[in-house]
Amino acid sequence: MNDSVGIVSAQCATFDTPLQFRSGAILPRYELVYETYGTLNADKTNAVLICHALSGHHHVAGRHSDDPKSAGWWDNMIGPGKPIDTDKFFVIGLNNLGGCHGSTGPSSTNPETGKPYGASFPMVTVEDWVKSQARLADMFGIRQFAAVVGGSLGGMQALQWSLSYPERLRHALVIAAAPRLTAENIAFNDVARNAILTDPDFHGGNFYEHGVVPSRGLRLARMLGHITYLSDDAMADKFGRSLRSGKLGYNYDIEFEIESYLRYQGDKFAKSFDANTYLLMTKALDYFDPSREYDDDLNKAFAPAQANFLVVSFTTDWRFAPERSRAIVKALLHNRRNVSYAEISSTHGHDSFLMQHEHYHDVMRAYMARVEASL
Amino acid sequence: MNANDTAALAASRPDFAAIAAWIPEGASVLDLGCGDGSLLRYLREMRSVHGYGVEISDAKLVACIRNGVNVIQGDLDSGLSGFETNAFDFVVLSQTLQAIRHTEVLVREMLRVGREGIVSFPNFGYWKNRLNILRGNMPVSEDLPYQWYDTPNVHLCTLQDFETFCAQHRIDILDRRVMTGGGSEVGTLPNLLGSTAAYRFRNVA
Repeated sequence: MNDSVGIVSAQCATFDTPLQFRSGAILPRYELVYETYGTLNADKTNAVLICHALSGHHHVAGRHSDDPKSAGWWDNMIGPGKPIDTDKFFVIGLNNLGGCHGSTGPSSTNPETGKPYGASFPMVTVEDWVKSQARLADMFGIRQFAAVVGGSLGGMQALQWSLSYPERLRHALVIAAAPRLTAENIAFNDVARNAILTDPDFHGGNFYEHGVVPSRGLRLARMLGHITYLSDDAMADKFGRSLRSGKLGYNYDIEFEIESYLRYQGDKFAKSFDANTYLLMTKALDYFDPSREYDDDLNKAFAPAQANFLVVSFTTDWRFAPERSRAIVKALLHNRRNVSYAEISSTHGHDSFLMQHEHYHDVMRAYMARVEASL
Repeated sequence: MNANDTAALAASRPDFAAIAAWIPEGASVLDLGCGDGSLLRYLREMRSVHGYGVEISDAKLVACIRNGVNVIQGDLDSGLSGFETNAFDFVVLSQTLQAIRHTEVLVREMLRVGREGIVSFPNFGYWKNRLNILRGNMPVSEDLPYQWYDTPNVHLCTLQDFETFCAQHRIDILDRRVMTGGGSEVGTLPNLLGSTAAYRFRNVA
């Protein structure tokens, strides 16, 4: 069975209307890189927007070459006959503003200076992203998305869509998300940021000009983050206390398999990701809090929402725990929104939302059938 | 849902029509242990209710979503803390009371979250059940389809037991409908002749 969208390539959209950020900063011109799968129907009612998480990007499904390793980050979810069925929906994935996969971000050249933006790139919030995504929708002539879908930080964008543009989406699928970060979560992000900020190669964010990359800091940031995306059980299952060479070496080299794994993940990430983007993404996470302007009252914050919601959490996710999703559900119930909530038993922690999991995918498939029925 | 589905649902679950009869048009309803969402679909069709179900089973949750019913995954035995006080006109517990571990807590929670509660349950005092016991066996029937060793039912009761419970917990019974398996109403000797019963109740003012 061919259930892949096949070979895909990225497109680039240029926006010449200045974008005012939440922080007050203005970007006069910017580019967004995106991919699409499936066909937009004549009424333009079958569009689904996929919002990415911290390290994600526009390459959501399909492959860039015959190499199976070039598959998109959510290829198990999106494709012909898959839960988000590209035979039925027109799916858009984009790289968010501030990203490092082609959309305008800190590593892009600032046309005013001819140098990379670096530290001068505006601090970006979830609201800013949603605003820029709405312009991408305008470009396609999409008045209303059938659904906006995202996991983790992507789930926050789906939530924000329902608040910023209540009439522009019929369904929001909010997966492994939270209505705002806890202090512990901000703390993890700050340690990750400090690893980057204190790397001597960081140069206040303008490392591009010095021809170096703060890869030690970025590597540490990723290693820390990665631990929080897994669960104790998943790590125990996968690595336990296994030793790389079968015996203790009594030194600081890699001894335990978990060390090997984390260092590998850290190195891989440090080679492919931009340190400034990592900083921006973690700040966007920290800033997200729709209740901030409503005396910390989530019920009031969600009053503008009109969409129908599917909220999904995972039992072993301690970074964005099920109780955080239940807080979203409670606020939606207060506002009498249509909402369904699934708490998926999974051993994979926060990363579960990216995994192939039969019941999780059944839930998504069943809900997307409902989205399709409302086309 | 078309008219045939509605009729089929009503026929297979005689308590549905009894419950619908008590619920006014457009009411808000929370259905605890909602299964595949049949009752909520029925109530939406018959009474245009705004409803949500609570269900613990993964498979039934997916069935609800497929049926277009709002469903919140959760365990009734851990209470209703996810729901605000007086959030619903009615909180319904249909054919589930007997499977609840912390009955007192849940009934109290039903009347915190809802203005009124509705329960339906199989009457353990039904004559056929009594006959089974007299013969020396736990009853197995359409209403109680489980063997004693694999039953989810931990708190079976008779109509009389439930009414005593309500009196002891300062709960006003507002309505009662006692039925046979076929759904016809039982007037005389309900605790003996009724196989299933539905009650509508609220806290004593």
